[in-house]
Amino acid sequence: MAIFTDKSTKLLVQGITGRDGSFHTREMIAYGTQVVGGVTPGKGGQTFDGPGGRKVPIFNSMDEAVAATGANASVIFVPPAFAASAIMEAADAGISLVVAITEGVPVLDMTRAHAFARDRGARVLGPNCPGLLTVGGAKIGILPGRIASPGPVGVVSRSGTLTYEAVHLLTRAGLGQTTCVGIGGDPLIGTNFIDCLSAFEKDPATEAVVMIGEIGGTDEQQAAAFAKSSMSKPVVGFIAGQTAPPGRRMGHAGAIISGAEGTALEKVKALEASGITVAKRPADIVGLVKAALA
Amino acid sequence: MDLHEYQAKELFRAAGIPVPPGEVATTPAEAEKLAAKFGGTVVVKAQVHSGGRGKAGGVKLAKTPAEARAHAEKILGMEIKGLTVRKVLVAPGEQIATEAYVGVLIDRAKQAPVFIVSAAGGIDIETVAKETPEKVRKLVVDPRYGLLPHQAYWLANFLYDDEGLIKQASKIMSQLYDCFVSNGASMAEINPMITTPSGEVKAIDAKMSIDDNELFRRPEVAKMRDTEAEPPSEALARTAGLSFVKLDGNVGCCVNGAGLAMATMDLVKYYGGSPANFLDIGGSSNPDKVVAALQIITSDPNVKAILFNIFGGITRCDDVANGILEAMKRIDIKPPIVIRLTGTNEEVALEILAKAGFFAYTSMDEVVEKAVQLASA
Repeated sequence: MAIFTDKSTKLLVQGITGRDGSFHTREMIAYGTQVVGGVTPGKGGQTFDGPGGRKVPIFNSMDEAVAATGANASVIFVPPAFAASAIMEAADAGISLVVAITEGVPVLDMTRAHAFARDRGARVLGPNCPGLLTVGGAKIGILPGRIASPGPVGVVSRSGTLTYEAVHLLTRAGLGQTTCVGIGGDPLIGTNFIDCLSAFEKDPATEAVVMIGEIGGTDEQQAAAFAKSSMSKPVVGFIAGQTAPPGRRMGHAGAIISGAEGTALEKVKALEASGITVAKRPADIVGLVKAALA
Repeated sequence: MDLHEYQAKELFRAAGIPVPPGEVATTPAEAEKLAAKFGGTVVVKAQVHSGGRGKAGGVKLAKTPAEARAHAEKILGMEIKGLTVRKVLVAPGEQIATEAYVGVLIDRAKQAPVFIVSAAGGIDIETVAKETPEKVRKLVVDPRYGLLPHQAYWLANFLYDDEGLIKQASKIMSQLYDCFVSNGASMAEINPMITTPSGEVKAIDAKMSIDDNELFRRPEVAKMRDTEAEPPSEALARTAGLSFVKLDGNVGCCVNGAGLAMATMDLVKYYGGSPANFLDIGGSSNPDKVVAALQIITSDPNVKAILFNIFGGITRCDDVANGILEAMKRIDIKPPIVIRLTGTNEEVALEILAKAGFFAYTSMDEVVEKAVQLASA
């Protein structure tokens, strides 16, 4: 079991012929993900050569691709200027999970795209996220498959490489994962911590959750309140950015302390007040998860 | 990207918002000339990307051109919250009957633009909203429809009783929203929006931030960037496509990924050190980026040790290793470098580095501890 995606997920790649899209399509297929098609306007009718001689059909539009393949998920690798429109196209075509990897999407574009997708019942993950990986099931996005291993831990994070670090540490310590989700570093994201915590709570295979947050916004504080009120499973937290100065954007567009809001200290306090144990450094996550599972 | 007041006012004027005249001076003599041109009382205002300019002494009234010159002399070169003032705005003094606050910004939780208005203008809106929430009216705008006329009226009606003022203010709200959207802003603020004794509504201060992700399609706004207002190292990083923030410590950090970069800085502090910077080299392992990163880090004289923390996912560790060696050839690096590489092509990378006489760690804790130790030696 897992959250949001499994072996039965049928995936379309929006922007399959681009540099990143084609590279990661091969990686996803190699992991075992069912990539049923790709979309690049103007290249409909061509095929994409996957690993092991796999041929992936390319379509001009999401509408055609969904009709021909019965896909229920999509992953977006198109440039920032077209990403919001790609999300809306996927939602309009009836896709229920839209994973937007693209970094640098204008925020005003996303205000419209999120509203549009919500109205059509599509879940958006991201943008500016590494995607998600259901261990032994499907990988949607760019998370490196080989660092993960099967086990009882759910991982949710706003970051990319920091997630890899945590997953790598867990795997080395013999603590495998169900699903690892990167929700994205942008200020406006489609799937937040609470959505993931709630899904992990319902997933019978997940026994504990690692939640990796960072400065900016109040998503972690709300997630802490949710964990306290609505979760029976233990949550281990980590917050990056204790040394970040206020008012400065730390790489991620969403990682900025505005006024007194969004500091690491405030978040750590909120997590601890809700009974979540917080790791002081990434390496401590392992011990805390072990203790939580004991 | 933050705009200066005078730049935000240009965009406001272009959107039709009534903004009194004003011009920028970079020398006291220019300020004097402008004051003479406008005649009467003028206000001399520091142009820096910081709030609290008035409290810092960066906003002064001048009754004569000579006084304007004297104020400009003091304000130009003054430091406000660590930023040097290089320009002043000279504008005619206004007759003020009332002051209000009008702002629009992106609300993360609502995922939409939100208007905030208050009749308690000219002061810190966050304090007003916290201490006296009844003095603030908020409106979430549906980004698909924009600010509707009756919503603009509802906001203006909260500020004024007089129908004439309400009409003018409603129009300003709509113009401000259009200005916000058409320039790709993340925040636009009129504080204060004044009424004059003769019943006119005007914006006498303007503040705007532009979403960096919008700049690629708005070259005319991108041109407004004041590169003098940021440390030279940050300007250099931006051109090289690196995410960089200068800090005060002595451990230079070069990391791939923003979250891991922050966690690395925090770990430096955990081991008793102090990070010199935030730097994310991004997903690409282009050697030129590594060279640029090292150039930027070594330009800071405080840096006593440099630490690489690379978790190869998409980034290939061997590419980064080659980039580091390439950088060592191209630039003279004095501080010791310690490297941690793990993930994709780790073995190849360690071999490349070992051949060049470098030892690379595979654990983040070990490399950070070592870097802190070297920096404090």
